[in-house]
Order: sequence, then structure tokens, then C-alpha cells
Amino acid sequence: MAVLNVNGKSVQANADPRTPLLWVLRDTLGMTGTKYGCGIAQCGSCTVHIDGVAARSCQVPLSAVSSGKKVVTIEGLAQNGKLNKIQEAWLANDVPQCGYCQSGMIMAATALLAAKPNPTDADIDAAMTNICRCGTYQQVREAIHAAAKA
Amino acid sequence: MTIQTSLASTALGRRGFLVSGTAVAGGFSLGFTFPHAPAQAAEAKEINAWVVIKPDDTVVIRIARSEMGQGTLTGLAQLVAEELECDWSKVTTEYPTPGENIRRNRVWKNFSTGGSRGIRESQQYVREGGAIAREMLVAAAAAEWKVPAAECSAANSVVKHSSGKTMTYGQLAAAAARLEPPKEVKLKDPKDWKVAGQPLKRLDTLPKLTGEMIYGIDVRLPNMLTAAVKASPVIGGKLKSFDAARVEKMPGVKTVVAVDGNAVAVIADTYWNAKLALDKLPVEWDFGKLAEVQQDDITAMLKDGLGASEAFVGNKAGDAKAAIDGAAKKVEATYSFPWQHHVTMEPMNATVLYTPDKCEVWCGTQNGEAALAAAAEAAGLPVAKCEVYKQMLGTGFGRRGRADYVRQAVLIAKQMPGVPVKMVWSREEDMTHGQYHPTTMCKLTGGLDKDGNLVGLHVRISGQSILAALLPQNLQNGMDPVQFQGFAASGPEAAYGYNVPNLLVDHAMRNPHVTPGFWRGVNTNQNAVYMECFMDELAEAAGQDPLAFRMKMLKPKYAAVLKAACDKAGYGKPLPAGHFHGIAQIMGYGSYVAGVSEVSVSPDGVLKVHKITAATDCGHVVNPAQIERQVAGSFVYGLSAAFYGEITIKDGAVEQTNFDSYNVMRIDEMPKVETVLVPSGGFWGGVGEPTIAVAAPSVLNAIYKATGKRVRELPLMHQELKKGA
Ligand code: FES
Ligand code: FES
Repeated sequence: MAVLNVNGKSVQANADPRTPLLWVLRDTLGMTGTKYGCGIAQCGSCTVHIDGVAARSCQVPLSAVSSGKKVVTIEGLAQNGKLNKIQEAWLANDVPQCGYCQSGMIMAATALLAAKPNPTDADIDAAMTNICRCGTYQQVREAIHAAAKA
Repeated sequence: MTIQTSLASTALGRRGFLVSGTAVAGGFSLGFTFPHAPAQAAEAKEINAWVVIKPDDTVVIRIARSEMGQGTLTGLAQLVAEELECDWSKVTTEYPTPGENIRRNRVWKNFSTGGSRGIRESQQYVREGGAIAREMLVAAAAAEWKVPAAECSAANSVVKHSSGKTMTYGQLAAAAARLEPPKEVKLKDPKDWKVAGQPLKRLDTLPKLTGEMIYGIDVRLPNMLTAAVKASPVIGGKLKSFDAARVEKMPGVKTVVAVDGNAVAVIADTYWNAKLALDKLPVEWDFGKLAEVQQDDITAMLKDGLGASEAFVGNKAGDAKAAIDGAAKKVEATYSFPWQHHVTMEPMNATVLYTPDKCEVWCGTQNGEAALAAAAEAAGLPVAKCEVYKQMLGTGFGRRGRADYVRQAVLIAKQMPGVPVKMVWSREEDMTHGQYHPTTMCKLTGGLDKDGNLVGLHVRISGQSILAALLPQNLQNGMDPVQFQGFAASGPEAAYGYNVPNLLVDHAMRNPHVTPGFWRGVNTNQNAVYMECFMDELAEAAGQDPLAFRMKMLKPKYAAVLKAACDKAGYGKPLPAGHFHGIAQIMGYGSYVAGVSEVSVSPDGVLKVHKITAATDCGHVVNPAQIERQVAGSFVYGLSAAFYGEITIKDGAVEQTNFDSYNVMRIDEMPKVETVLVPSGGFWGGVGEPTIAVAAPSVLNAIYKATGKRVRELPLMHQELKKGA
């Protein structure tokens, strides 16, 4: 039984320590906001924050986070019912189409803004390598700039 | 803004035993609650099949088509709300289930969501649904006040009498629900629209920002198990044997089952445990002769069709061969187009609870009724004992219009009666068991007279038919009419735009063993590459500008939309050094579209698409903001395919397995997309697909101007664009 810190809470997960965090979140903890898209670090749908840094949870074994690292998922971004800046900008710019990639997009954008409060287009290109098959990239870029100004 | 943390009615069907689900009245599944969650279990009154009103004035609009990102939920709701005269801020939506549709004599008509048909094919009856409900609410108020209905008017969810008396829809719903619906209603002229036609925000965004939206893959039922599945890697191969004993003791594994004679599944407590065991499971397959098929065999098969004497004629005018033979100048080119994969963002999956008496399916599907039929067949139960609860789709692109994955999930769950089983395909399983964009080649031969006019054109398509594989009953004397999308002689769907006096478009059908499918845009995609790139070749041979050359032949609506795109893009005006414009146009899915791509190619061959200006005439515009998003998304989809999209066959199996071998466009390659809407009214065109077709040809035509290289084969990643290469 591993103990981990998810969205500020200590939770127990009964899974093999080699299980990717993605599947621990989804299947063991029932937190399905973090999505599976490829399982090989390509698509970014599974992006979470580990100690504030964006990470692709399909590549992180449970054992790597069961030592007190702080895991934040899409379900943990809003605080006291209030969306974070990126979520607000996403809402204002009507970004999602199907929405499946958007948990990962929002996690990646939130981490980007934390590291670079005023990202350039080149910063966005470098940090936002998530795949969106609906093609929301133009709205993603606009919403990140809008959030930076907010 | 604050969020509603409990999505009270995001229930997954009448059982409502999901994560945050609460039971919903029989037969209705997903209900989006943003912006107004019905907090209390309000007494909802069904006014008619499309409109349900609660005492708190919440209006629930029923939507039969599936939402997969295209915004149909919002667009269709706008059309109903427009006629209903309701307060848009109080609108939510829900899906009727396919089973309920059958029980109610198909009152919601077609559930199928493809061919950009959502709005254009149901606009009439959903608007009537809204108008009928409005009339019933007005009649209820008139009866209550004992005044003639003609003295009452409806607006913003309130009925008002000329004396000033008012009642809200919520107050009137119960009485209105008891009235006979009017036989006839008059629909508004689109120029009087207030809700429809506006760039409204989508109704379903909030839960997509917080992780609360439930997609098929997120469904969780009590005591649910998860299945990982592996079908024969060679398409059409059979399952011979497997050694379950080797994995049965692995953690979490419950059982290993054969599926449909062509696949094997491990059922375990979690997906990861199922997948680990499946990866370790020794399996033997019987591939037969199919294992000998190589990509070169398929190329040879298609090449053979280019010169074949027998072909289905899709469009014919005058005598193309004679005109070409007698022409002053003859131009000829051969193009080819590979298989492409849909790569839905969410891999195929479905959750099934089977008992000998009932089969229930939770899944994302573009065709709820086909999913229901597939479930019934696989379960061996009458349709009346089966049900499908539609979930949000993590994209569909045509792939989720098929029900192969539903069948597979039912056949797996059937082997564990009474236990809900969620089947999830790995990305690798998904990539190698697609229903691929068909592969074709095309030889075009054109004849120009001495003044550079196109006097004869022969378009010979060779290759794979979707209908022959999936819907053979829809072939017309063996011919696949869908093959000629964009080349059709007439019709509201995908008619050819050029006046060419002598024309022959024909198709030599060549069907390899790889399953083709309807892939967003379908055959307009390659047909636009063939025609629009060859138009540039003809223009060059005629010594004319590609735009002027086209304009001489284009029918009015096609010409208007191409001109609109070119005007907006500044076609013909100076561009930054090293930048070039390429153009393309087509009519598809009832809409006229055109694109102008601005590209540069560096001396060492690096292609950059800087900007695309796209014009659309879809007749009536229901939501311009969502159309803009569909257009921008269409370029991502179309350019992803043009840059990287290619499925190849080795030893009968698909070679590509995941995004590392099947790349797609990311944000750094995204051009700026500018959308111009030029609705000319009087017809209803789709917007989810047509624009994809102009992505590749407009870029290829610009590449030629930049490099002098005609690219006639996709994807572009195989092309050397370096100077002098
Ligand atoms: S699922 Fe982790 S990067 Fe795609
Ligand atoms: S919004 Fe659908 S995949 Fe990104």
C-alpha cells in the first residue's frame, strides 16, 4: 500500500509500485480527469504536476511519487470552487472542442505560466507539445496570452 | 467564476450508479448542467420530444446527434431555442438513448453523426420542435387567462398577454404538456434570428476544464473489471490458440477469453494489470495468405487500375478523350494518396454489463442506433433488451461511426455475465485496427486549346471503395458514388465546380484487404488534391495565373467563395520575401469552401505554413464562433495528414503503432488561420469537414511556387524540398 499526496490530500493506493501514476490515478483512485492518449510520453493527455513541474504521468511509476512528492491533477487546480487563471482564460476563450486533450493542455499551460508569467510564442511552442486532434491550438495560444495578461 | 462541483445530472444512464451520477428519468443519459445545474430534483415536464421544462424555468433541449468536439450540441440547441423563444442562459441539453428512440417510434429520427449532417439535415425538424413547444406554451397561457392565443406573445421564456399579464415557461410547462401539439408551425426567417446565428459559447465547456467530463473511457461502474484486447495484427487473420495458464496468476488477472475468433482479451481488476498480462500472453495466429501482402503489392494493384479499360463512370460530359486527342496541348500527371488513420484522441473503448436478460453499453459513439444494433447482435438478445448510453467522445472523425469496438466489448462482457467490463484499446491496438482513409491513385489528363482553355479532362481514379467494404448494399450497380465526392455531376452534396465542356471522371475499383473507413472529409480529401493541384499544372501549361485560370471555369458560388478567400488573403499582392500563396477550392457536405495558404520553404528544405485564409459559404450560419473553430481544426486535421499521415502494410499488418511512428501536428506547426464567412443563404451546408480538403492542395500549390517542385505524393515528410534536390 503506497501513500501519496494528491491535490493536497494524503491518499492510499493499493497498486504495484511500478504501475504508472496515470493508471493509479484513473483506476485505483478513480480520478479520471487525467487522460490516456498514448502511454509513451508523446501526447501529453496525461500531464500532471509533480512538485509544481509538468510531468507525463504515463511515464512516472507510483514508486517515484510515493515519497511525499506533491501530485496535482486537473481535479485539483480550482481552489475553493474558483478556477485558476488558465481555466478562466480557457472558459473565456471557449478553447475546448471535444475536451479530451484539455486536461493535459491546461496542466501544461498552468506549469508554463508558473515558470514564465509572460511567455512568448516561442515559449508556448516549446512548452506546449501536447497533441490536440480537434486542433484547438490557435485558441490555446490566445488563451495563454490572455491568462498572462489577466 | 465559481464552479459547480457536483454535476448533478452527469449521470450515465438510468442506473445512475456512477461516480457522481444520480438517477435520471428512464431512457436519458448524459445531461450537461452548465450553466444552470438543476440543483433540486425538479419536476420536469416534457412539452414534446425536444423540449423539457422544469418549474425553475430550466429548459432541457434533447439532442439526438453526438457531440465529439464539433459543437453540434450547442448549434442544435441554438436552433431549438431560437424557435422556442426561451432564455438561453437557462438552456441545458441531454441525449435521448437509442433504445428510447426506438420505443418512441424514432421520434428523434437519425442519431448518426457524420457527413457534417448534424445541423443541415435536422435543422427543419428541430426548429419545428422548438416552435411547436412555444405554441403549446402560449396556448397554455391563453387558456389560463381565457384570452385568444393571438393576443399573447412569447419571448425569453415568458408568455405575455397584451394586457401586460405574464407567466414563465416554468409555470406553464405542466399545462402545456397536456395540450395537443399544433399540426403546423411557421418557422422564422433566419434574418430575424436572435440566438441562432450568434457566436455563442459552447454549452459544455466547464466540465472539460475541471476533469469532470465523463468520456467513454472514464466510465466506472461498481465491481467493474477492465479488459485489454489484442486482435490479429494481420487484418483478417484468425486466432489459433493462446496459453492462458502463463498469465492467469499475474496480479489482478481474472480470466483470459477468446473474442470473435480473431482476438483475445485479458480481463483484470485494472487496465494496467490487464495490459501487463496481455503483453505476456503467448498467442498463436492463423494469418493465411494475408501475411504475404506488402505495400508494394498494393501500389501495383492501384497502378494497374490507372490504365484499366473497365471503370465506373461518375461524371461525364461531351467526349473527353476526343477533345484531349484533338487539343493543342496535352497535360498529364499521376497523383497518389496513402491510407491514413483517424487517431481519435481517445482510443476505442466501451463498457458493457451483460446478463442473459439484458445488455447495456456505455460508450462514445457517432451512431447510437448502429451501436445498439451491434450490441443486440453480439449479445444475441432482442434490441428491446439492449440499451446504449452515449458518453462524450474524445473525438470521432468517422471512426466512432463504426460499431466494431462495441461488438467486441459485448462479446467480452458476455463471457462474464453480471459483471460490468470496460474494454479499452491501447493506442497500439487502436492504430493497427483502424478503418483507414482509403488509398487511391489518380491519373489526370487535360487538353488545352491554343488560347489556353481547358477543352477536355479525364480524371481516372484507381483504388479503394469504402462502400464496397462497409456498405455494399449502397453500391449502385457495383459503383461507389461516394468515390466521386467533389466530382459529382450535380446535387447538393459534393458537386464539381468547373464548367469543362468534355469531361470524364471514372473509377477503377481496387480493394486491398485493409479495412477502409469514413475519415473526416472522406473522399473530398484526396479528390481535392488531385483536382486542385492539377488545376495549377494546367494553369501553368496555359501560361495563366492559377486564380484567373480557375475563374474562367468556376460556377458562380464556387467562384464567389474562392474570390472571398483570395481578397482577404491579398492574393496577387506582394508578400514577405520568400513567401508564396497557393489556392484550392471545393464543394463538400453542402458547403462551398476555399483556402489560400501562405508558405515558405527555406533553402535547406524546411517548409513553414505561415497563414491560411479560408472562406466558407455554408448557406446559413448558425454559430460563427464555432464555425471558426471547425475551420481552424480542419486545417490541423488536414495538414497533419498532409505532413505525416501514412499507414503502410508489411506482411499484411499495419506498420505504424503510436504517435512516434504516426506523427500529427503540434502547436509549433500551427499556421495562423483566418476564417471568412460568406453565407449566401437559401441552403444549409455542413462545416465540420469540407475545409479539410483544401488544406493539402493549397499548401502543395504554394510549395510549387516556392520550390518549382510538384509534389504528387503524400505525406510531405518523405519529400525532399531542398533547393536543387
Ligand atoms: S498518455 Fe502520457 S503522454 Fe500520452
Ligand atoms: S479538444 Fe479534442 S483533442 Fe483537443
